Amino acid sequence: MSESSERSLPEDKPLEIAGRVYHSRLLVGTGKYRDMMETGHAIEASGAEIVTFAVRRTNLGQNPDEPNLLDVVSPDRYTMLPNTAGCYTAKDAVRTCKLARELLDGHDLVKLEVLGEEKTLYPNMTETLVAAEELIRDGFKVMVYCSDDPLLAKRLEEMGCIAIMPLGAPIGSGLGIQNRYNIRLIAENANVPVLVDAGVGTASDATLAMELGCDGVLMNTAIALAQDPIRMAKAMRLAIESGRDAYLAGRMPKKLYASASSPIDGTFF
Amino acid sequence: MQVQVNGEPMELPDEATVAVLINRLELAGKRLAVEVNEDIVPRSRHTEFSLSDGDRVEVVHAIGGG
Repeated sequence: MSESSERSLPEDKPLEIAGRVYHSRLLVGTGKYRDMMETGHAIEASGAEIVTFAVRRTNLGQNPDEPNLLDVVSPDRYTMLPNTAGCYTAKDAVRTCKLARELLDGHDLVKLEVLGEEKTLYPNMTETLVAAEELIRDGFKVMVYCSDDPLLAKRLEEMGCIAIMPLGAPIGSGLGIQNRYNIRLIAENANVPVLVDAGVGTASDATLAMELGCDGVLMNTAIALAQDPIRMAKAMRLAIESGRDAYLAGRMPKKLYASASSPIDGTFF
Repeated sequence: MQVQVNGEPMELPDEATVAVLINRLELAGKRLAVEVNEDIVPRSRHTEFSLSDGDRVEVVHAIGGG
C-alpha cells in the first residue's frame, strides 16, 4: 500500500489506560532475559510503552553496583507497571502494590495477579477479587490478571478495575489462546481495555488476540525465550498492528465451500 | 539491638533510623522501598524513623518479571 492511501485510512482510537494515551498495544515484561542489555534492546524493538516488572527483596551485601532494572528501563521513558507475580494471597498482593507505589514515588498503576497454584499459575479469582477491592479503595489503578470467565471479567470492571487481563493460556506456557470464544466475549462486553495477559507463544497468537477484539496484549516469555528475542520483539510489534488492523477492517464471512475469485464471464474454454 | 532485615538478623545501634540502616547496607541513593513490620516507611521519613529491637524490615527493589 502506498503511503498516501494509508494516510487516508480513518485513524484508530489509541489505547487509553488510566487517562494516558498509548500508541502501542503491546505491553511487555522484563523477566527471563539473558541480561539487562538484552532486556533493554528487546523492549525497544517491541515498541512497547508500558513495561511490567516484579518487586523483590534487595540482595544484601552482594555487589551493590549491580545494575538496577529501573536504570535500564527508565520510568521517565516508559510507563512502569509493577506486578504482584508470585503472590498467592490478597494480603501479599496488596503489600507488594504498596511497596511498588513507594518504589515509584507514588505511581499508582499496578498489575494485580494472585496465583492459585504452582503447576498452572492459574489465577485465584476469590483472592483476586478481595485484593482488587482493597487496592481500588486505597486509590490504586488496577489492571487485573484474571481467568477468562466473562462474568468475573465484568465483575472486575464494575468494581473499578481499569483494565481486564484474562489469560490466553497458563503463564509462560506459550500455548496460545485456548478459549477464543471467551476472550472474544470478554472483549465484546467490556467498557474498559481488555488485554490478553499470558499464554502467547508466537506472533500469530498475538494477532489472534487482536483479531478477537482485544485492546492489547501483555507478554514476556514469548519474547524473552525466543532464540532471537530482539527479532521476536519486532515480530510481536507487527503482529499486534496486523491483528488490530484486521479487527478494524472486519474479516470476510467464513463459508463452508469455495467461491471463485476470478469471474466466470469471459472464459474462452 | 537486633532487627531482621530481609529475613536476616542484623545488629544496629539503639534507635538507629532507617536511613542509618540503608547506609550500613551501602544502598544509599538506590531506588528501593522500605517496609517496617509490614508498614511502608516513606522515603521522606527515612532519616527520622527510628527502628526498635525486633523490628522486621524489608528492603525491596524492582527486578525483571512478567
